[in-house]
Amino acid sequence: MASRPSLAPASGPGLGEKLLAINWPLVALVTLLGLVGYGLLYSAGGGSHTPWAARHGIRLVVMLGLMIALALVDIRRLFALAYPLYALVLLMLVAVEIVGSINKGAQRWIDLGFIQLQPSELMKLALILALARYFHAAYLDEVRRPLFLLPPVLMILLPVGLVLKQPDLGTAVMLGVVGTAMLFLGGVALWKFLLAGALAGAALPIAWSQLHDYQRQRVYTFLDPESDPLGSGYHIIQSKIAIGSGGLWGKGYLEGSQAQLSFLPEKHTDFAFTMLAEETGFLGAVAVLGLVAAIVVVGTGIAVRAESQFTRLLAAGVTCNFALYALVNVAMVTGLIPVVGVPLPLVSYGGTAMLTVMLGFGLLLNAQVNRETTIPRFPVDL
Amino acid sequence: MHQESDRTRCFRRRALLVGGAQLALMGGLAVRLWQLQVRDAESYRLLAEENRINQRLTVPPRGVIVDRRGRPLAVNVPTYRVRIVREQAKDVRKVLEALAEIVPLDEARIDEVVQLAKAQRPFVPVTVRENLSWEEVARIAVRTPDLPGVLLDSGLVRRYPHGPATAHVVGYVGPVSQAELEREADPLLRLPDLRIGKNGIEQAYDRELRGRAGLSRVEVNAIGREIREIDRREGEEGADLQLSLDLDLQRYCMERLADQEAAAAVVLEVATGAVLAMASVPTYDPGAFAGGLSPALWRQLTTDPRHPLFNKCIRGTYPPGSTFKMITAIAALEAGVATPSTEVFCPGHMSLGNARFHCWRPSGHGRLALVQALAQSCDVYFYELARRVGIDALASVARRFGAGVRLGIDLPGEKPGLMPDSRWKRERLKQPWQKGETLVCGIGQGFVSMTPLQLAVMTARLCNGGREVHPWVVRGPHAHVSEGKGRPAPSLGVSRANLEAVLKGMFEVVNGPRGTAKASALPLPGVYMAGKTGTSQVRRITKAERAVGAHKRKDRPREERDHALFVCYAPHDRPRYAVAVVVEHGESGAKAAAPIARDIMVEALRLDPSRELVPGRLDMAERG
Repeated sequence: MASRPSLAPASGPGLGEKLLAINWPLVALVTLLGLVGYGLLYSAGGGSHTPWAARHGIRLVVMLGLMIALALVDIRRLFALAYPLYALVLLMLVAVEIVGSINKGAQRWIDLGFIQLQPSELMKLALILALARYFHAAYLDEVRRPLFLLPPVLMILLPVGLVLKQPDLGTAVMLGVVGTAMLFLGGVALWKFLLAGALAGAALPIAWSQLHDYQRQRVYTFLDPESDPLGSGYHIIQSKIAIGSGGLWGKGYLEGSQAQLSFLPEKHTDFAFTMLAEETGFLGAVAVLGLVAAIVVVGTGIAVRAESQFTRLLAAGVTCNFALYALVNVAMVTGLIPVVGVPLPLVSYGGTAMLTVMLGFGLLLNAQVNRETTIPRFPVDL
Repeated sequence: MHQESDRTRCFRRRALLVGGAQLALMGGLAVRLWQLQVRDAESYRLLAEENRINQRLTVPPRGVIVDRRGRPLAVNVPTYRVRIVREQAKDVRKVLEALAEIVPLDEARIDEVVQLAKAQRPFVPVTVRENLSWEEVARIAVRTPDLPGVLLDSGLVRRYPHGPATAHVVGYVGPVSQAELEREADPLLRLPDLRIGKNGIEQAYDRELRGRAGLSRVEVNAIGREIREIDRREGEEGADLQLSLDLDLQRYCMERLADQEAAAAVVLEVATGAVLAMASVPTYDPGAFAGGLSPALWRQLTTDPRHPLFNKCIRGTYPPGSTFKMITAIAALEAGVATPSTEVFCPGHMSLGNARFHCWRPSGHGRLALVQALAQSCDVYFYELARRVGIDALASVARRFGAGVRLGIDLPGEKPGLMPDSRWKRERLKQPWQKGETLVCGIGQGFVSMTPLQLAVMTARLCNGGREVHPWVVRGPHAHVSEGKGRPAPSLGVSRANLEAVLKGMFEVVNGPRGTAKASALPLPGVYMAGKTGTSQVRRITKAERAVGAHKRKDRPREERDHALFVCYAPHDRPRYAVAVVVEHGESGAKAAAPIARDIMVEALRLDPSRELVPGRLDMAERG
């Protein structure tokens, strides 16, 4: 057993050092992606800053500041706060559930007056923090013990269940996938995932019976878009037509011939990528995918180079979360998976997803700054 | 420390695996984009620009509205119109400018259509002009090849054959507003040509009249010609509605009121609550709304102090004045603080504390019992009854007869009026109730206000044996009010003898030698009407004005003159109809309102074919 390292102030870097240590290329990539979103929303508004582009830009600037601020927080404080934060967000999820059942409707947010807080989004980050902390304390031989896995699995299933009940299938699936990725990164044996997968496959019919009508409808529509040509099938068909007709070079900025896509009511949110692909063509769409990929490469690099288990799990977790948004969104608009209502982060209009992703990048930068900071296996009061 | 390095190695391996998997999936998406945008680009381009399946909502014809004998009040008539489809026109403005050379089309309308087209899905046709003449249709048809995206077809527009006479009840239709779009998810509302009910029955029964959309899928080629219909899902036609209104009586009422500046009249069937006529002047032309109103006309309609758009029968609230005295009488009789033979001496005023409450007749009525007090409308008598009952018991009886409550008629915008009590004043005005206010309320002044409909319902409930009828306009399976579906009204629980005593007073008002409305007795042999006059003050009379008689001067400004009211029912021995008339600033209930009410009653009785409701003859009405 290693002796507990002392918590000398020298073990964490100073403010100036921290600013220098921030991964500025990553900041640049993130800003660039946000600017792509700005340009796109300008086009979606029919060549106008209103109603979307200007607000998107303002949010981007504010959240970049928030991101840098989060990068400068002492990582040991984050470590110490991981569980309380998780508990707080879980409570908020329960709260919206209660409020929702009183209002007899789907309620997904808490209205704080100045912002509508969507706890299921915050839960993605809270879950990553909590799991990172849990696995930080465990060496591999502990991880191999089946009982050891019980708490983290519960930590994942609890919010997944609550979000499913809201009902928000897209976010629930994303939470489940991020949680599973964390278990995998934490060192859980591969055969356990295969076993769980087999069990889940067997339970699929039961899950199907628990889905809401509209969720089933989405799956049906996905399998046969023609069956609901006026509803969501219309979106898939029109989205594919718009993307396909963009061709290699695209129809030109502000020139989407599907007449600025006004047949798509959600061109500024979930279907933003469709518009991008129509106006800038295959080259533009792949360039944006490349931007996302570059962020994933940088994020994975930070994770691999970090020296403590908490830091690297944190970095890998938020990278995975970001990648998942992009993958699900693009797969959705190209007709590979059902329409589940997941936006393309930093490009789609909408504050909550942007907040989650930018706070995630803040954590990622934090991990970069603190890659050499030692964190005791158990927290010490700071 | 090897444990730490173990898990570090494990993590790195797996992190690279996860990161690699993410990149691989992104590669997969890039391949997918290649499939769509490079490999299949040509076929998608075709789909997007040339051969295209259009989904077209088919609009069901709006339900027809007829009167109780099946005579049409709102119908659909065919019209030729020219429309434009954005995705085929490409440049909507250019095409419209070309079209403007063939048919009259001003710059403002072109701008409007460009905006409308932009707001729609690209394949949805937007109407450019309606009511085209044959010649215009032919001229456009010849030029179609030069006008991409321009369609000629026939549609239906709403017509109101009796326009202004039925405007307040039937209402009108107009374009869907943004707020209405957000409130309802019906895909029909997104169609630019759809008109929905904005007032009256058209609004209250919009869902029923509108029906449900059908869907037809049409294959069209590059220039927009329809190649074939692929399939079609039928919609549901809007329901036809039959009203309780009698068109003849309604038109008579409107004509009879026509020379008044502002007035309202309601005719009810006392046993059922059916509204036979509901007239409100001034009125407006409902046909003007269908195509969108000119701003000037709209301003004129909304700023006119006589409120032509208002249905005064349900939205106008007036102090009921002496027509309220039956309520005060019933309240006192029911409370047991007076009997029909209770006598009161009227010296022309009554003192309470140091305040003095005047009778309308300064010299007084002398000693009176209930029947004569009603017949001569003695104010002092009812001050005394009100004083004995107290405001709260008075208000509770008044509400049972419909004062101060919404009666639930199936028309939008009904006002409740006001029946005050001590609790209301404490809560709303934060002041205690004053005894003097009870006296004023006892003669239907002060805070009390009622709509003409409430006055008619009050009269019906008095003369139908004390049954709680509710007014309604639409009859049959779609009716919103249960009596419209033929269910009988429950009893109010008021003693029959008390009602009889009050009705006797009302009989004397019209037929007694000293009755205030004896000049308005029915000119029909053997048929008698009973009623009550009311002349209600619009403003308080000051002591100085009373001293010089200024409150009776003819040269007062119109808005300071008293309202004239009259309520009545007939025949007195087997009541069928109740009528309420309010003439705004008509000065005298007996002189201005009673003759109108009498004429309306005569017409109602004359039209009464003895008098069973004629079941709906919808086949007579025009259908679209």
